[in-house]
Amino acid sequence: MDRIRRIAFALVAFALVAGGLASAETVKITYWQYFYQTKVDLMDSLIAQFQEKNPDIEVEQVTFPYESYNQKVAASIPAGEGPDVINLFGGWLPMYVKASYLQELPKASFPASYFKSTYYPFVADAVQFGGKYYSAPTAVRTLALIWNKKLFAEAGLDPNTPPKTLEELASFAKKLSKYDAQGNLIQAGLAMQPNGQGHSYIREVLFRQFGTAPYDATGRKVTYNNAAGVAALQWYMDRIQKDKVGYPNFTTDDVTAFKGQKAAMNIDGSFRIATLNGVKDLEWGAAELPSYKGIKSNFASFWTHGIVAGVSGKKLEASVKFLQFITSPDAMEQMLAKVGELPANPKIGEKHKDDPYVSVFLKGLPYAHATAYVDEAGQRTFFVDMIDEINLKGSKSADVLKATAAKEQTLIDDFWK
Amino acid sequence: MTLAKKRAMTAYAFLLIPLVFFIAVRFGPMLYMMGRSLTDWSLLRKTNLFLGIANFAAVFSDPAFTAAMVNTLRYALVGAPVVIALSLAIALLLNGITRGKGLYRLIYVLPYITPIVAVSWVWRWIFQTPPLGLANGILGALGLPAQEFLNSPNSALYSILGVNIWVELGYCVTIFLAGIQTVPTDCLEAARIDGASERKVLSRIILPLLVPITFFLAIMQGIQFLRIFTPVYNMSSQAMGGPLNSTKSAALYIYQTAFTKFEMGKAAAASIILFALIMAVTLIQVRFFDKKTNY
Repeated sequence: MDRIRRIAFALVAFALVAGGLASAETVKITYWQYFYQTKVDLMDSLIAQFQEKNPDIEVEQVTFPYESYNQKVAASIPAGEGPDVINLFGGWLPMYVKASYLQELPKASFPASYFKSTYYPFVADAVQFGGKYYSAPTAVRTLALIWNKKLFAEAGLDPNTPPKTLEELASFAKKLSKYDAQGNLIQAGLAMQPNGQGHSYIREVLFRQFGTAPYDATGRKVTYNNAAGVAALQWYMDRIQKDKVGYPNFTTDDVTAFKGQKAAMNIDGSFRIATLNGVKDLEWGAAELPSYKGIKSNFASFWTHGIVAGVSGKKLEASVKFLQFITSPDAMEQMLAKVGELPANPKIGEKHKDDPYVSVFLKGLPYAHATAYVDEAGQRTFFVDMIDEINLKGSKSADVLKATAAKEQTLIDDFWK
Repeated sequence: MTLAKKRAMTAYAFLLIPLVFFIAVRFGPMLYMMGRSLTDWSLLRKTNLFLGIANFAAVFSDPAFTAAMVNTLRYALVGAPVVIALSLAIALLLNGITRGKGLYRLIYVLPYITPIVAVSWVWRWIFQTPPLGLANGILGALGLPAQEFLNSPNSALYSILGVNIWVELGYCVTIFLAGIQTVPTDCLEAARIDGASERKVLSRIILPLLVPITFFLAIMQGIQFLRIFTPVYNMSSQAMGGPLNSTKSAALYIYQTAFTKFEMGKAAAASIILFALIMAVTLIQVRFFDKKTNY
């Protein structure tokens, strides 16, 4: 009896030690992103593929609602309970790099040459701070002009010919607008939503087309407060005030208006392709953003993956491997197929130049600009308020632009001081 | 130990648990916040420098905060008196009806027991500009010009305030009704026998007896409107308190400073200012009503 007991004891002890050794070999890392069904599904499948190739690494995906995601990330810093690998909006990078939240990606695995050969130029610029690279994206986003083919036909326009210049955009928008007997707008020719993509459209597209860069090369000096800036802003305001083809918050917002076929044209991002394709009875087209005096410009943005500061040893090794996997060409292909987001590598984009929607957004990438925000929400609000100030209070564009530039400059200076 | 002492001890023992809870989740954090309002506390910084009153100075020099404070006072100074006057009138009318009493009361209480987020969103849709929006649909059908409602800085605050008044009516009407029913009927009958007119009965008996309840409601509603947050958050575009900060309340300003700018120290300073304002308004009300209730 005693012997049986001893053998049993030895067996249990062996099992415990062996189990302990086995689990010591498995490294567990955590990945955070916001909840967006197709993105979460894709990541689940990428994790499964990754774990198959790396049986010693276990990846756990944790998601948060989009609305509170930035809050969760920020709150995890003092709590010290963050993930190992994290998905962040490109525009938040300066803030999180400055807060020492992210660590520099190991040069051995992510050398500068890798960023230059793999990514679009604006991506390589946006993830680099003081010569150090802090994150790598899988996908990128651009803007395009989207239009409703049915509403074009109704207005007597060719449903397959979108406007190509700003002049055409303005005249098409007028033809596509409808009013009721009392003169209220009931169908917007062109949706005008500064708190959607509108503020980026003014900042990176209209300003540049009218002849001024929004910021200097360092991104720390506001440079749009000049005659060209006023002209660009005035062009935008004229659509709202003079032509009355749309106004902020018409039918809640631009996306609702376009989906509900109450707006004939809108300027929206590539991330909307899947959503719009899912709307019943909506026949829509996408075209490159209209040019002005031959100048083309576009606004690019992206969500990107970084490794959190403090991750080291085996966890860091595992995180690097995982990051390489989810930014691989194969992962980019899967991202495009399942989520509809554009590949961040131009060579992969090249393969999809015949897709009617994807190709249009891809065309904007070579000449796109990403904004180096220091406070994305704050800077957006400045532009939203700028439009409201002119539209609702009757202030002059030049005065409001000057005040906005000063406010934005103060915000940027405060951030970098 | 005497029986009385034992009873007191039992009472204290039972009171202890909520007291500990109150200290831990209310009082403690409040003191902590007061301390932190004097530091540069931010979620994005590891530093914890003592700043003195710099956060208060920063808050007071922020035009968005000034706008939020003015709006908050507007919500409270217009909202609380209107809701009390209206609910008193409705309660008196409801007390007079004999048929469908329950149904009418239910109609007034319903908005109060509906989640305020749902109420806010329904009204946001009602207030839409043409071609959507029930309110403008009705105006249009009557041949009246469309209104901007939430889209204009002149009308947005009052549109939100109107909804909040409508919601709070349910609560106030219920309390007033309960109060009216406590007025002793013999007093009323005696007055009527003595030949007092209905107006006299109302102004000399019912209303004076309702003063303590009005006092209670004035304080509660004053605090309620000074803390207004949810309807503003849900009825302004992207929860910004716009257009042009015209609807932003102090509570929303605090929330944005803390959770979108992550400036916790500055948000703590703003919270203390709001706390002081609520305290001051409440004390003024206590003073005012103290004189009136001593009849």
